[in-house]
Amino acid sequence: MKKKDTNISAMATPAVGEAGRTGDWRDMKPVIDKSKCIPSLKKKSACFLCWLYCPEGVISTSIPVRIDYDYCKGCGICAEECPAKAITMVHEGEEIHE
Amino acid sequence: MPENLFKVNIEEYMLPGQRACQGCGLSLAYRYVLKALRESTILTLPACCLTVLHGLYPTTSVAIPALNCTFASTAASASGLVAGLNALNKTDITVVAIAGDGGTYDIGIQALSGAVERGTDFIFVCYDNEAYMNTGTQRSSATPVGAVTTTTPVMTKQQPKKDMLRIMEAHDLPYLATTSPAYPIDLYDKFVKAKRIKGPRYVQIAVPCPPGWGYAPKDTVRLGRLAVETGVVVLFEIENGKFRFTGRSKTLAEKGHRTPVIHYVERQGRFKKMNLEQLGQFQRWVDTRWNEYLKKAEG
Amino acid sequence: MSNVHIMTGNMAAALGAKLCQVQVVAAYPITPQTSVTETLSQYVESGELKAEYIRVESEHSALTVCVSASTVGARAFTSTSSQGLLYMHEQIHWAAGSRLPIVMCCVNRGVGAPWTIFNDQQDSISQRDTGWIQIYCRDNQEIIDSVIQGYRIAEAVYVPVMVCYDGFVMSHTMMPVDVPDAELVANYLPAYKPHTTLSPESPRNINPVLFPWRRANSEGVMCDGYMEMRFKLQKALDDSREVIKSTNRSFVETFGRDHGGMLWHYKTEDAELILTGMGSVANEATAAVDELREEGFKVGVIGIRVFRPFPRDEIRDAFKRAKALIVLEKAISYGNEGALCNELKGAFYGTDIRVPMHNYVVGLGGRDVKAREIAEAVRASVEAIAKGDTEPKPIWLNCFTETE
Repeated sequence: MKKKDTNISAMATPAVGEAGRTGDWRDMKPVIDKSKCIPSLKKKSACFLCWLYCPEGVISTSIPVRIDYDYCKGCGICAEECPAKAITMVHEGEEIHE
Repeated sequence: MPENLFKVNIEEYMLPGQRACQGCGLSLAYRYVLKALRESTILTLPACCLTVLHGLYPTTSVAIPALNCTFASTAASASGLVAGLNALNKTDITVVAIAGDGGTYDIGIQALSGAVERGTDFIFVCYDNEAYMNTGTQRSSATPVGAVTTTTPVMTKQQPKKDMLRIMEAHDLPYLATTSPAYPIDLYDKFVKAKRIKGPRYVQIAVPCPPGWGYAPKDTVRLGRLAVETGVVVLFEIENGKFRFTGRSKTLAEKGHRTPVIHYVERQGRFKKMNLEQLGQFQRWVDTRWNEYLKKAEG
Repeated sequence: MSNVHIMTGNMAAALGAKLCQVQVVAAYPITPQTSVTETLSQYVESGELKAEYIRVESEHSALTVCVSASTVGARAFTSTSSQGLLYMHEQIHWAAGSRLPIVMCCVNRGVGAPWTIFNDQQDSISQRDTGWIQIYCRDNQEIIDSVIQGYRIAEAVYVPVMVCYDGFVMSHTMMPVDVPDAELVANYLPAYKPHTTLSPESPRNINPVLFPWRRANSEGVMCDGYMEMRFKLQKALDDSREVIKSTNRSFVETFGRDHGGMLWHYKTEDAELILTGMGSVANEATAAVDELREEGFKVGVIGIRVFRPFPRDEIRDAFKRAKALIVLEKAISYGNEGALCNELKGAFYGTDIRVPMHNYVVGLGGRDVKAREIAEAVRASVEAIAKGDTEPKPIWLNCFTETE
């Protein structure tokens, strides 16, 4: 493994977390209520508007829908846009664990 | 009504943990720009918010090759990429220049006009957040009338927004489109289409900016929709001179009623010093352009 | 096998670029460089040169096109003068920092305000801090040869090369030029291998923001801060000295012509008094030397061919026997003295070379500099030095300097 930067001009390589763990930026985090979330209810691919509108791309089109909290910045767009009102913004540490 | 989003390329080229603000409209739009353009793309970008999103050395958040350039030179940088790739017979790569409103309407306009006039085979994308946001919200020619910026802090912007779309239309290029991150599928479709077209293509993205516009990050998509509902932002494309409304703007043109702009303006801190005269001016500006577009759609 | 044609300096530059089979040419008009771009467009549109010819809308864009074309691996060329060079100044810095082997001709012309269209070297001298290699040509033969050498040097060290020559004096003056054989040039120049990667297979973000400090990448490798990256540019310029000299040697072997590498000498073997300068004025000084030698002056010329990287060691060696120096310059670093004079003094620091130096500012805005005027200036300086005036302020030759 090369130990030093042999580039003669600045060429950056792609990687996750360029700005660090951006999940640390949050003071509110989105929590999905699986009992209201449409894909979870229907048990099939549907809606996924939270995935669509996430500016970070940290929401997955999986069932149940998962949010990568390491990088979620807590902007709240997903909660705002969810048609089923399944997502709530809660203060860090106050979410109810199942 | 959720649009059919399952045709969208599921690959994410914008990697998590990037440096854009919470709720950044550019960030949301860019996800779809990159999904539409895919791997066979080379981007070039000047100093702007996107530079920061792309990340600081030695890491980048974007898994598409990108060449950073000086502020004024984005379209010229793209011209050189196209020339170099042509000289090397690498013609299957799409060259995409992407700059903010400052780098398009103001400092970048000369190189842009030149590159387009020469018929350069590239896509120029302007993400318009209506001020020099990367340097902390200074007024650009894209700033709407009545907006507070750090260089129009007391008097607000006196002039109406420069009609860059009309300027680009006057270049008679093969494809011109407007998009919004509040309508990601419409945006995605237009970029997929643009990628297939040859010659100079110009796509503008109307990007809401939470810190610059003064609203809560959670409202980015909502505000983006309201911009279209009021006609402040009109979704359309002009392909070989033929104008066509798209998406929500098409529906509004056919049968809807535009919401008065005051509903858009009152949600944003940057308009808190806008006076009634300016509000009237803004409404008239929106109305005039909307009526022009209606005429274009007919003819 | 000689192939001598008479041609202008601009023709020689364009022909040089054509022989180097440049792949991308950016063109913008400015006096007195315009015919370089015009000649190249003839070559391209007639099919003699297969290149992408971009008629940009400004010089800033001209160099930008070269930067991005060079980044993807194309051999790129442009030429400009004066205001055009100044307009692309940020791109000149950018090209050097990007480590791109672009060759650009600067057809020297004075800068405004006020306007001048005629020759002096203020334009290129004002770019000396940017990190480009700078070569100053003494005649049209050297122009075509330096463009060719330029690509070989640039592509070896990844530093852009500025080939400078005097506007009108050389650009528009016909001189005999032995045109190198195209095949010989093709063999002399290896293919350009870019160090930059802009490929979909291996995405990179080129020239992003660098932190002031070093920073680990995602694999834990400690990567450069801004300062390290810039140090590499300085190191490349240092390393380029050897490359410039070896390029000259291989050029002599291949084409039989020697332009001297970093410096050239004229009648310096026994010279006590040295005239020095860059470009055509140094050439003109050789005629003055001939005149002065008739009168018994032991005088010679050392022409500075490569101004960047500054040939400090070669200068210390070349000037060590001089008893007095006359520095002729077509530029001045306002508020101080001539740039060449000042840098020569800097080179002598730390050595035993302590000689009277007279700095002549000559020919600004195209004022003619005749050999006999140089000879007159030398005689006047010799007298002044004898009277103890060893380091006067810069002397503006044939310029009305009374302000009251």
